[in-house]
Amino acid sequence: MELLVSDAKLVSGSRWLFVHSAAVFAFLYLPIAVLILYSFNGEGVGGFPPHHLTLDWYRTLFADRPIWDSVLNSLEVAFAAMVISLTFGVPAALALDRAQFPGKTLFRRLVLLPLILPGIITGLSLLMLFNVMGTKLSLMTIVLGHGTALISVATTEVFAGLQKLDRAQEEASLDLGANYWQTFWRITVPNLKLPIIGAALLIFTLSMDEIAVSFFLIGRDNTLPLEIWGRLRRGITPEINAVSTIIFVFSLVAIVFWYRLRVRGESAAEGGTR
Amino acid sequence: MGLTTNSEIVVRTTAEGAAGRAPLLRIQNVAKSFGKNVVLRDISLDVAEGEFLTILGESGSGKTTLLRIIAGFETASAGELWMGEERLDRQPPYRRRVNTVFQSYALFPHLTVEQNVAYGLRVAKRPEAEIVSRVGEALEKVKMSAHAKSKPSRISGGQQQRIALARALVNRPRLLLLDEPLSALDANLRRQMQVELKSLQREVGISFIFVTHDQEEAMVMSDRIALLRSGELEQVATPREIYGRPATAYAAQFIGHTNLLKGEVRGGVVRCGLLTWPAALPDGPALFSLRPENIRLAAGNVATAGRVRVRGTVRHQAFHGATELIRVECGDGMMLVVRTPGSGGPLDAVELEFSPTDAGLVRESPERI
Repeated sequence: MELLVSDAKLVSGSRWLFVHSAAVFAFLYLPIAVLILYSFNGEGVGGFPPHHLTLDWYRTLFADRPIWDSVLNSLEVAFAAMVISLTFGVPAALALDRAQFPGKTLFRRLVLLPLILPGIITGLSLLMLFNVMGTKLSLMTIVLGHGTALISVATTEVFAGLQKLDRAQEEASLDLGANYWQTFWRITVPNLKLPIIGAALLIFTLSMDEIAVSFFLIGRDNTLPLEIWGRLRRGITPEINAVSTIIFVFSLVAIVFWYRLRVRGESAAEGGTR
Repeated sequence: MGLTTNSEIVVRTTAEGAAGRAPLLRIQNVAKSFGKNVVLRDISLDVAEGEFLTILGESGSGKTTLLRIIAGFETASAGELWMGEERLDRQPPYRRRVNTVFQSYALFPHLTVEQNVAYGLRVAKRPEAEIVSRVGEALEKVKMSAHAKSKPSRISGGQQQRIALARALVNRPRLLLLDEPLSALDANLRRQMQVELKSLQREVGISFIFVTHDQEEAMVMSDRIALLRSGELEQVATPREIYGRPATAYAAQFIGHTNLLKGEVRGGVVRCGLLTWPAALPDGPALFSLRPENIRLAAGNVATAGRVRVRGTVRHQAFHGATELIRVECGDGMMLVVRTPGSGGPLDAVELEFSPTDAGLVRESPERI
């Protein structure tokens, strides 16, 4: 009897849990669903339910030069920022993991600070710096802004990877006659492949949708988020929905790709320690 | 018959070669401390060509640190390492003709078994044909040719161990260091690998320095054992010597079982509880080690000539199959452990006998941190 009662409680409990999680998921994903749905809506962004499904907005979008210019700009910026932050972030992570030097704690805090610094502060201070230096604002200034602000991301990701690395492997390499440089390229880097790719993808995405820092450093050429933001002031059109949908699909593909890579890497690493 | 004698002599010379020929590796007054923490104190040790030397010690005795200093992963705080005419401790690890088998094996997970073994030769830029044949040979030697194309994560611990061995030996080092390589294996595989490792060492003729905390393993495999305790060498000797003539109380207790007898020498007679026997020793306190198998249960009432005899009560009996361990109380709270070949059943009062020559004088091992 008692068992039945507790069973009933369990059922009602799990029903509530279900409703609760459905609500949370709806809150997270409904906006995206609406965004995608209305990119196909013939009536523009108003009206419910959407009808006259059409691909017209995609056609308009593909004919829209400024949007594609901004997409291209964003890709360029993201790529350049990724290269810059990895070039500085990976050595910083290595230094944090293995070198002992005075002021190491301070160094770590300084490297990681931009992670918690509000974008407005970073953007404003960079703007003032470029003003003082007399640098003309352009995509280049955005690249520098993103690149420096995201070094901390590269450092944290790669540092986490280094912490998991079995140091005996590097010793084994030295033991087998490889010098420090050879060991780094033949053993350390291949083992850091996953964290580095992960950091690269993360930096790329963060840069792609960055708006606060870019806002201060923008020259004549817009990045995609700024272009969208600019257009929103003139009223929303489903064209924006269309470009957002395309970005969403690409991000999804990137995430799935990254996830599969990681699962494969982790199962290999687990097997290796056994 | 003549052949047997010959080979015995050969074995003995390799074991005792340390004293005769110039040693392969000379460790001179090596010390190591990490900050205020002293790990090794004044270690001097020679390793002969073709010798199987075991560094035996408990965890924290500094044995792994000593091995890492030889490999070049740690720098000694003081002392020198010489390999022939070459000052080894000034060389980086990748210039030393020393290879290591790591406790965790440290195989490279992103390379196949074959590529792992080829690593040293590839880095040394040997011609590809030579690499292929030497790697093939090495894999053959450890019976792992069938797994050449596998990733290390796909093979068992015992197999990884063999690959780690092949990866080191393929470079034909002058000295191979092994850091508790068998500790991760289960008991059966472990015994099997002990035998294999030992015969492999004889076959390749390379000097091995083997680190372990397992005294039985050390006894089975080594030409000589270097017993390390709290960063100092307690005794360096062949397994037979160290077992038969332990230098210190610690050595006697760590290697096999023993009875430590605390006695007093006066006028050429040792007095130890109820036991007395003659000994040519200076007056004063003395400590003796008496192995359980050197005490035997005596029959009859008359002591055998020249033997020490004592009566006691059996407190505990443990059956071990081939032998039996008996704890006997011999008055004055003195407890003697006796190993006998099967007593045939429960015992009560017994007569014990041992020869005074089997009670070896040992040094007291002072407490260290």
